[in-house]
Amino acid sequence: MTKILLEVLITGLLLGGLYALISVGLSLQYGVARILNISHGEFIMLGAMTTWTLYTGLGINPLVSLAICGPLALASGFLIHKTLFRRLLASSASPAIFESNSMLAAFGLMFILQNIALIIWRADTRAYSYLSIPVHFLGTLFGANRLLTFGITMVIGLAFYLFLSLTRTGKAIRAAAQDPATAGLMGVNINHMLALCFGLGAAMAAVAGVLISMCYSVNAVMGLEYTVIAIIVVVLGGLGSIPGSFLGGFILGLVGSVVTFLEPGLALVAYYVIFIILLLIRPTGLLGR
Amino acid sequence: MKPGNRNLQRLWGPGLAVVILALLATFPLYASAYGIILVTDILMFVILALSWALFSAPTGYISLAPAAFFGVGIYTSAILGRQLPLPLVVFLGGLISFSLALLVGALTLRLRGIYFAMFTFGLVELIKHFWLWYEIKFTGTRGRFVVVVDQRTIYLIMFTIFVLLLLTTYLIRRSRLGLALRSIGECEEAAAHIGVNVNALKTVTFALSAIFMGAAGSVIAARWTYVDPYIAFNPLYSFMAVLMAIFGGIGNPYGPILGAVIFAYLEEVLLTRFPYYYMLIFGTVLIITVLYLPEGLIGLIMKIRKRLAGGQDALA
Amino acid sequence: MPLLEGKGVTRYFGGLAAVQNVDFHVDQGEIVGLIGPNGAGKTTLFNLISGALAPQSGEIRFKGEKITGLKPHVICKKGIARTFQLVRIFPNMSVLENVLMGVLFGKSDGHGMGPALEEAEKWLDFVGLSAMKGLPARSLTLVNQKRLEVARALATGPELLLLDELMAGLNPTEVAQAMELVSRIWEQGITVFMVEHVMKAIMGVCNRIMVLHHGEKIAEGTPQEIATSRTVIEVYLGE
Repeated sequence: MTKILLEVLITGLLLGGLYALISVGLSLQYGVARILNISHGEFIMLGAMTTWTLYTGLGINPLVSLAICGPLALASGFLIHKTLFRRLLASSASPAIFESNSMLAAFGLMFILQNIALIIWRADTRAYSYLSIPVHFLGTLFGANRLLTFGITMVIGLAFYLFLSLTRTGKAIRAAAQDPATAGLMGVNINHMLALCFGLGAAMAAVAGVLISMCYSVNAVMGLEYTVIAIIVVVLGGLGSIPGSFLGGFILGLVGSVVTFLEPGLALVAYYVIFIILLLIRPTGLLGR
Repeated sequence: MKPGNRNLQRLWGPGLAVVILALLATFPLYASAYGIILVTDILMFVILALSWALFSAPTGYISLAPAAFFGVGIYTSAILGRQLPLPLVVFLGGLISFSLALLVGALTLRLRGIYFAMFTFGLVELIKHFWLWYEIKFTGTRGRFVVVVDQRTIYLIMFTIFVLLLLTTYLIRRSRLGLALRSIGECEEAAAHIGVNVNALKTVTFALSAIFMGAAGSVIAARWTYVDPYIAFNPLYSFMAVLMAIFGGIGNPYGPILGAVIFAYLEEVLLTRFPYYYMLIFGTVLIITVLYLPEGLIGLIMKIRKRLAGGQDALA
Repeated sequence: MPLLEGKGVTRYFGGLAAVQNVDFHVDQGEIVGLIGPNGAGKTTLFNLISGALAPQSGEIRFKGEKITGLKPHVICKKGIARTFQLVRIFPNMSVLENVLMGVLFGKSDGHGMGPALEEAEKWLDFVGLSAMKGLPARSLTLVNQKRLEVARALATGPELLLLDELMAGLNPTEVAQAMELVSRIWEQGITVFMVEHVMKAIMGVCNRIMVLHHGEKIAEGTPQEIATSRTVIEVYLGE
């Protein structure tokens, strides 16, 4: 009995780590840049599919793909913000209008990215095998790839936490998340900050995609589900709270693991039930303002 | 401009509308089979775009749920189509969508617009997952075969839904509800403080718009023969509704109609020639519209007309 | 029985008490002023009365009836109207339409469109905006937008009007005109409760003044008493 419990628990943490990573990215984009990036899942998908191609086509180790996809996504996100969202910001008459417009633009972006993926990879589901050697861990068997994925997620999470707390840029991001206007007055180059946050969010998505491809099968239309999950996590953690997203990711991962164990296929439904409960009793989420 | 000319000008718009409606009503009598199918599809998209605009245009609350209600309608047809006549099924499709939208609205419309957008965005995915689980677990199948109905009947029912929607749009625009919805879009807090029951009106209007989406789904399913959760609950339909309405221009009921006609036709053309590229094009169009054409095509046309009219008046 | 009465009204934002255990009352026929340094909780108190926010403890009664926690549109229909610190007109509707909205939705009884339009025009005339009735509201100057907001509030047929910093941003002539408008509103039999920073206006128009500081009521009395109160002077000088 405890064996099963442990397995469910650890699977939940592994899943939670992935969810936390995805959601922190979305939280950065919404919390700081005020963009509800509903194309977020497509960056995850692109990271995953690119890794598949690099591994099966060129034999490039997925861990190396991390170093390829991450910076690529960072640059892409940065550019997309500078060109598209920056212009939207200038032409929107109010923050509320910008929120709507940027969401619509992200909607368009979602279909553009998905279409590009469909052109390159068609609609087939792909998978590759990497380190799927079973490993003994705390008495149960896990794929080495999953444990590795979890480890990397934790390293990235820690690195990001240190980045936010210790570096100048990190502190500027935290300031901008709290109060964009004042941060701008205090000399933070707010335009760079917004583009950087958007790029970082995209990078985290791509990296999560790489890790996901190590453990699960992937296809060109996998993005939407992850976007929805990321949104629920961000609401759970509290809109605008980056630590909240991290926490929310783990909670949802655990819930997902339990529900999948009891009734496979209902995980997303369970997440939505949580979403509904949140909206009913505490829309600001766990750590939200 | 002479007074006589002005009166004629005023009748021009409604006159044209009546002519077009009459042509559409008698369409099955003289059109080819392909023509009927094409126009049915165009009308379906017009219904999706116009009903999306019914709620989202005046209030500014962006709903990403049309695909969810559309899918609910499709499945109503798939499940009940064997036992019940199509018109009744269509009515039920609308009714079930209405009820679902009422629940969603009651839950989310009392909160900030972003929650509404987020919840409606995930709704189609949620229902897809739930329904897939349910069908596999309880019915044993993934998809269903739908009872097929002839194209003429499908067309006439779709046309009826369109006319009812047009009527509803027109009536709401000219009524107090329409004024109230506009005030909600302009300044919700002020609207609430002068006596507008904002939550109730938002929820009811949102639910009303869902009826037509569900009904359209119920009727088009009768042509699709086979549906499964992936086919029925496809976010593409939300995207198309939003794209068409915004490109056409949401300030005016003709906007979504114009946008829908253009893109429904484009989709038909591009789907055969560039099946793998048309979403790329449409997505780009949405982004360009949001950036450079906030009033939509209709807004652009009106601006041009004003500029031309301004030139004329200067000469008069 | 006071027209409006509040007991122990409290509202926190996070850990900060915006309004703390405030008792207040407004009798019919009064013009009561509410003053205090920035951040004292004045607008929050108005939000609690109008229903935009709900108090976390305490009770508010209007004409003896409990209105705590009711929605703004319900409170409006009961007879309380307000203006906002940052003007909240309907920018893309015409000036007349703005006031018409107040008539159509603010009263409990049904209204034919004809009589409603007449009433709207009457209130536009009352605030002196008749000439601009066809213009889009966003094209008005600030002072005219404020007038419009007042007309719209009056169109809902209130017994109590909450004015939130009506005079903010107005030059001395406009302040005098606003003071005169408040008097004329009072002459219509409407009770006024007003937040103001412009001392001249408050002292000149109100028959009673309440002072808030850090969410608490620290003084209450006639303009004379408030002007000479040591507590109040310290609070303002200390800022």
